[in-house]
This record gives sequence, structure tokens and C-alpha cells, in this order.
Amino acid sequence: MRKNTSGRRGKLVAWIILIGCAIYLFLPLITQFDYSLRMRRDTLSFDAYYSVLTTNPDEDATGIPRFYTALAFSSLMALLTILVSVVIIVPTAYWVHMRVPKIKPVIEFITILPFAIPGIVLIFGYLRTYSAPPFALTNTEVGTAVLLVGGYSIGVMPYIYRTVDTGLRAIDIKSLTEAARNLGAGWGTVIFRVIMPNLRVAILSSALLTYAVAIGEYTLSNYLFPDGRTFGSYIFAVGSNRIFEPAALTIISYGLVWVLVLLIQRVGRGPGQTQIAGMR
Amino acid sequence: MQAQATVNPLRDLPSPNPDRAISMAWVGTVPFFLFIFAFLIYPSLTVLTKTFIGKEGALTLDNIKAVFEPSLLQAYWNSIQIGVISAFIGAIVGSLLAYAITLGGLSRDVRAAVLTFSSVAANFGGIPLAFAFVTLLGRTGALTKFLRADLGFDLYRMGFTLYSPTGLILAYLSFQFPLMVLIMTPAFEGLKREWREAAANLGGSAFDFWRYVGIPILAPSFLGSTVLLFGNAFSAFATAQALTGSRVELITLTISRQISGDVLYNPGLSYALALGMMVILAVSITLYVWLQRVTARWIR
Repeated sequence: MRKNTSGRRGKLVAWIILIGCAIYLFLPLITQFDYSLRMRRDTLSFDAYYSVLTTNPDEDATGIPRFYTALAFSSLMALLTILVSVVIIVPTAYWVHMRVPKIKPVIEFITILPFAIPGIVLIFGYLRTYSAPPFALTNTEVGTAVLLVGGYSIGVMPYIYRTVDTGLRAIDIKSLTEAARNLGAGWGTVIFRVIMPNLRVAILSSALLTYAVAIGEYTLSNYLFPDGRTFGSYIFAVGSNRIFEPAALTIISYGLVWVLVLLIQRVGRGPGQTQIAGMR
Repeated sequence: MQAQATVNPLRDLPSPNPDRAISMAWVGTVPFFLFIFAFLIYPSLTVLTKTFIGKEGALTLDNIKAVFEPSLLQAYWNSIQIGVISAFIGAIVGSLLAYAITLGGLSRDVRAAVLTFSSVAANFGGIPLAFAFVTLLGRTGALTKFLRADLGFDLYRMGFTLYSPTGLILAYLSFQFPLMVLIMTPAFEGLKREWREAAANLGGSAFDFWRYVGIPILAPSFLGSTVLLFGNAFSAFATAQALTGSRVELITLTISRQISGDVLYNPGLSYALALGMMVILAVSITLYVWLQRVTARWIR
């Protein structure tokens, strides 16, 4: 009897905590959503969204609204980051597991180092290192993009390494490797055609995570591409010269994060898999 | 025959000789180390060396000394305070919510929903978050207006402003506590039911269980996660930039202004400022790793 009432009281307390937290998280979004509908005087409308998605305030030659070009550019940077990260981290993590387990602690230590370098310090270091000879990367667009992709890869490295490492522990890489080697496969074939397909869950959720980080990132892109070419710096620019459009963009990016988190959970089977997010 | 015996015929075959195999295996990690060197180590070394090497190429401590100027120390101090306060409040609220969805008797569906919402909130920071807080708590924000018009409660006349350390803490909390939920939920799940039963069988109350078992076991992972949250808020730049511009002196904002132009009239000083952030974070990471190791003893 006593246990029962205390259980019920516990449940009540749990609900109070839950509702309090929910209000805290949703209140800013609800007011933001409300605000995003107020562009037309005295009535609710989606004008702010319409404006964001269809007008081209820069009047540039392409005629495409900046929303899409910025999203496309950031998506491209995200894609390159995913490619670079996977090509570097998966073979390394595999190789360390298989052949040089002695240096595993060293690699693990290195992969948490990015936590000690905030985005603003990283970009400061890049600009002071790579904007003058002998490595004047910022002089060209490609060089600047290389820095952005490199910085993103460093930022997401702790998460990707951990995801891949967990994935490797879950499969019997020794047997897979021996089987493939006995059938005459070279190391490249083993890594790209045997190990990677078995890690597709880890790789896919890393990719989605990287995409989420790259789409929202502002610190690096603001200094490397100050023209508002990335999605993050585009949102910042809209925020400083528009009234209702920023609210619409906030709701749109919230929706984007939702889609990515749901995809990550779908891929990783169940919630609690998403731990995040670098570079604020 | 004789000669071959002294040369050791196995030497040129890669695998049978373990030492040789190891040294060859190192080659496989070269791309990783090259990448890390180019994008992490070398830029950090630039910051380190330029802090200690002056214009004439001689070793100097002038840049370090220049950091100890009241306005710069204040910027560090503001960042540290905002980091610590938002980390502690976030850690406590997040742990309460993690407790509520694990041991609080809520259904599995509620638990899954809370974890999903927390993942979204932990990932939703930066500029859009700042916009949302402005429409809520800015000078003409919805909540500000509601409190003033309907409850006669004028936040801004009472000295509150969103463009202050308090405002930043409020905004940061909306990604800090969800992150804590994600970290602490597995820790609460790791508290074995048998431990509670054992405590109860020995005549211990719920209070005794938490006092002697639950809290001591959870403490390292709670503190470790708090350190992580501190780093999260201490390094934050985008949200602060969009919310306060330069109305609050933060170390990240000071460094950013130094990147755009030499506002401190001392280019060497900016290296020392960046190094200072790295040192503070290195200390917290060390603490985090140590606490993780303590945690690992209990939660497997």
C-alpha cells in the first residue's frame, strides 16, 4: 500500500519535471512560429516563408533565391566532409584494430583533442597559418573550401571515430579479414568491399550527423566565406537585415534538424544514438 | 648454406617476424596522422609558437603578460561564469529529466519521445536559437510583452536584459539540459535493480539507497558530463554573436574581433588569448577523461 502511493507520487513528480522542461524548450519555438506568420498585417500568413523560398534579394545573375544556393553550397561542403572523414577514419580505425592495437590509446587521445579547440580558435589558427606563404590556401576558392572541409572533419571527428569504433567492435573483423585474405583479396578490397559494407549503419549515421553539423555551422564559414555563401552565414545575414524572414528560417532549420535526427534514429534503430554536436 | 643462416632467411618475409610486421603496419596510419597534423596540430602549433616568439624572433613572455589586463581577464571570467552556471543548471535539470524517464515510472513511449526531442534540441543551437530567444524574451518579445501587459511585471525595468550573461545562460540552457539527458539516461539505466533490492532487503530506505549507493555511483558520470557541458558553453560563439553582438564581453567574441581587425593593437596578444582558451579546455578535458575512467568502473 505504502509502496503504491509513493510510486504514484513519483510518477507525478516525473510528469512535472517533464512538462516543465517541455515548456522551456517549446516556448521559444512557439513564439517564433507565431512571429513567422505575422508578416502580413492583421492576419496570419506564410508570407515570410514565401519570401525566403522564392525571392532573390541579391538580384544576382542566376536568379535563384539565396536560400537554395546557400543550402546547396553547405550540402556540398557537408558531402565532401563526409567523404574525407570516412576515407580517413574508417581505414585507420580498422587498421589500428587489426594490426597496431598498441597505438589505439594514442588515436583515441587524438580524436578527443578537437574538444579542446573551440571553433573560433580553430579558424583563428587556420587563418594565421594558411593565409600567407608557404601555404596560402585562402587565396583561392578551392583552398578556402579545403580549409572549411578540413575544419568540419576535425569538428566531427570525435563523434565519427566513436561511432566507427563501436561499429568495428560489433563485427568479427578478424574472421572477415582472414576469410577475404584467404580468398586472395588485397587490403584495399578488404577495407572498401568487406569492412565498409559491414559498417554501413555507423557510416550512415556519421554522415547524417556531419550533415546536421555542417548545415548549422557558422563560426568557420563566416570567416572563410564571409559573403553569406554557406547556409549558416546566410541565416545570419538575413537576421541582420530582415524582420520576419529570420523567424521563418528558424522554423525551417528546426524542421531540418528534426528530419536528420529521425533519419539517424531510423538508421541506428532506436533513440539515444544521437550524441552531438560540435562547433557552436 | 652457412651464409643464409647468419642472414636469417625469414627476415624478408613480412609477417613471420613480428617486429618487422609492426613497423610496416605503422604505414597504414600515416594518412590519418598527416590529416591531423595539417588541420589540427600545425595550426595549434602556430598559436603556441607565435604566443612565445616576438617580432624579432626572440622568446618572449610579453604576450602572456598582456593577457593579464583587466578587460581581457573579465572576458575570460564572463565566459567561464556563463560556462559553469549553464553547465550546472543544465546538468541538474537534465539529470532530473533523465531520472524522470528512467526510474520515474513513465512509459517507454514517453521515454523514446523525450530522447528524440532531446537529440533535436541538443543539435539545435547557433543562430536560429538566438533568433527564437529574441522573439521570446527580447525587449519586445512575446513573453516580455505578456508579462508587462497582463501581469504588470516589467522585466526590463527590473534590470533584466536578454543581451546579458543571464540572457546567454537562458539561451544556452535549451541545448545544455537536453544534451545532459542524452548522456545521463544510460547512466540511470546502469543503476541495477538488484542494488535497490539489496538496499531495501538490508532495511535501507529510498533515501539510504540514494545516499550510499545511487549518488556515489552516478557522481563521476554526472561531474564528467558537467565538464563536457562547460566546454560546450565556454566555446560557444555563434549563439553569443547572434544574440548579444558585442554587448557582453566573452573571450570567443574578443578573439573574433581580433580576427577581423587588430582591435587590441597587439597582433601577438591574440595568439595568447587563443592559447588561454585551449589551456582552459585542456584542463577540463583532462578532468573529463579522469572522471570517465572512474565511471567505467561502475557502468559497463
